[in-house]
Amino acid sequence: MEPAPSAVLAPLRRPAIIAPGVVRVAPKLAELWYYRELFYYWLWRDVKVRYAQSILGLGWALIQPLVPMLLFTVIFGRVARISSDGIPYGLFCYIALVPWTYFANAVGDASGSLVKEGNILNKIYFPRLILPLTGALGRLVDLAVSVVLLFVLMAWYETPPTPWLAVTPLLMLIAVITAAGFGMWLSALAVQYRDVRYAVPFALQVFMYAAPVVYPTSLIPAKYRHLYAINPLVGVIEGMRACLFPSLPLPVDLIAIGAVSALLILCVGALHFIRKEAVFADVA
Amino acid sequence: MSNTVLAVDQLSKRYRIGLKETRHDTLGGKILDLASKPLSNLRGLRKLTTFSDDDEQDDVIWALKDVSFEVKQGETVGIIGANGAGKSTLLKILSRITQPTSGRATVSGRVSSLLEVGTGFHPDLTGRENVYLNGAILGMGRREIERKFNDIVEFSDVGKFIDTPVKRYSSGMGLRLAFSVAAHLEPEILMVDEVLAVGDIRFQKKCLGKMGEVARQGRTILYVAHNMPAISRLCERAILMNSGRIVQDGPAHEVIATYLNSGLGTSAVREWTSISHAPGGEIARLRAVRVLLEDGEVADSVDIRKAVRIEMEYDVLKSDYVLLPHFYISNDEGVCAFGAQDLDDTWRGRKRPAGRYISTAWIPGNLLAEGMFFVDANMIALDPFIFQYQSRSAVAFMVTDSLEGNSSRGDWTGHMPGVVRPMLKWTTQYEPRAVDDAVVTR
Repeated sequence: MEPAPSAVLAPLRRPAIIAPGVVRVAPKLAELWYYRELFYYWLWRDVKVRYAQSILGLGWALIQPLVPMLLFTVIFGRVARISSDGIPYGLFCYIALVPWTYFANAVGDASGSLVKEGNILNKIYFPRLILPLTGALGRLVDLAVSVVLLFVLMAWYETPPTPWLAVTPLLMLIAVITAAGFGMWLSALAVQYRDVRYAVPFALQVFMYAAPVVYPTSLIPAKYRHLYAINPLVGVIEGMRACLFPSLPLPVDLIAIGAVSALLILCVGALHFIRKEAVFADVA
Repeated sequence: MSNTVLAVDQLSKRYRIGLKETRHDTLGGKILDLASKPLSNLRGLRKLTTFSDDDEQDDVIWALKDVSFEVKQGETVGIIGANGAGKSTLLKILSRITQPTSGRATVSGRVSSLLEVGTGFHPDLTGRENVYLNGAILGMGRREIERKFNDIVEFSDVGKFIDTPVKRYSSGMGLRLAFSVAAHLEPEILMVDEVLAVGDIRFQKKCLGKMGEVARQGRTILYVAHNMPAISRLCERAILMNSGRIVQDGPAHEVIATYLNSGLGTSAVREWTSISHAPGGEIARLRAVRVLLEDGEVADSVDIRKAVRIEMEYDVLKSDYVLLPHFYISNDEGVCAFGAQDLDDTWRGRKRPAGRYISTAWIPGNLLAEGMFFVDANMIALDPFIFQYQSRSAVAFMVTDSLEGNSSRGDWTGHMPGVVRPMLKWTTQYEPRAVDDAVVTR
């Protein structure tokens, strides 16, 4: 068995009161901490099951960003000749696809998590927050695999990283926070309105072009860039590029705007989720 | 040791059920419908969770209404009542799966609720992995699971298959493993909902035994079931519910007697007046099930020597399917006596036009043993196989055995085992022979 957090679930000593009423955030978070072992197992199940009985297994985590990269390199790099800020287009595009693929998969998994586990919602109680959060965090394994390929590609293009490399985990954290926020909000919405299931993949496709995946932010007129950066993925992607290429300055303003925006998305998503949590079992 | 661990006070729960939609039959009306459909869908979906304060419309039902009771530590309480009485809703609220609309409940102690066995079991994970996951879902810590792991595996008889993915298990094996995890829970308060109604009978008994052990360790158990013998064996106290309210709360044997005699339980006739609530799929809907005597009288209670007929009345909504109405007959311990399917040549293997049908099965006299019998009324479409409905314990009837001597019981007045009690032909061979003196005098 894999290692798990060592604390055993301590019995609740105070009497629990079951009554309708206003939901408070602090007890919800305390409860999430109390159930951390289940959180861990659930995450582990999610990762373990995702590529069960597949030939390529985790290889899919490589193919997912790699195939669009090749496609975009041909279409946007060669045919349309879109600027890539002086970076080889393939690498330019792959750096963006690493956080983007993570984000798209994480939002997709998280938003569908409650509907997928609808039966469990009706059979047992545990903090429902575990489900969308597992969806958002589970894809970090794929992310790690695609990062390994990123380093391979950088060696191939002979581009040594800058010391800013140490900042990249922070950038990834912004992507995780954004995915978790959207995931909580959309999953709670999807329980009641199944339209979300059809809208999410579609919206994600559109959303990709609202982030600098196939084109650089330098193509956006300067006066709109701060508005553009409200999309947290803008700061993440441009930040990643700057961290790996010394020729690009670190876009601190874009990253800061994105980070604030990501935290807002997280709060709104979590609040919506917690407010709706009580009725999940009734509508699932 | 008589402190209250569970106090339920005026608990109520309101649900909204779907209302029939208005439909237009003209082309213009249909187009209008199509355009306004998303809007009415939105309104319908929103209404699932929003209630106005004086909401007493006809699409609102109270699954639970002003339910109050207390449970002391170490008590084992059975909750009984017909389908839809509110038992499961009560358990769902107490295990925090859903919120009450009003009222409150105070729970002191660690609760485990078991509304299903094997919640969270994943077919791609091995038995070992599923034990850990399911244990965690049920509220066990990792150390607790590790400590009990060997016991769980041993109890389940899964043995060397513990590291095989569960999808390669036979269905019985998976169920046994899931039961074993559940049986090793050690909460202060255990809530169980009819989960023991599945699985093979030998294993069910083992689980009931394990639950009895839990009860003797001073833990509190809330047990919802249709299985009256199990309730009377396990619980000293029972609560009878009907239409979301408590009807009776007292010693188990008294409450069970009330339930069985009151007609609150499953009766010999069940009808679904509204087709939207009738069990069924797109092809067939169950409208009524009746147990009748030969002369057409409703048979709540049947003499063992008399034949009964079981009627299934149903609507066929779509033409041109081959349908197979069938019944399962089980006793009150859940042991299936037999299944029976429609063999009437008129419709056997033939595509049926839409309409109302009544299929009747005749059960001859001197077949079933005495006791309560429950009838599951089921329907499938054959070729292509499409499940339509399975109405569990749709109706029930009591078979009584006479002491007049002309039933299978003969002149014996004591207990007789078995689900069936057929009149068999007996023959005796006799051979006159000298009897050994030694045997006679000994």
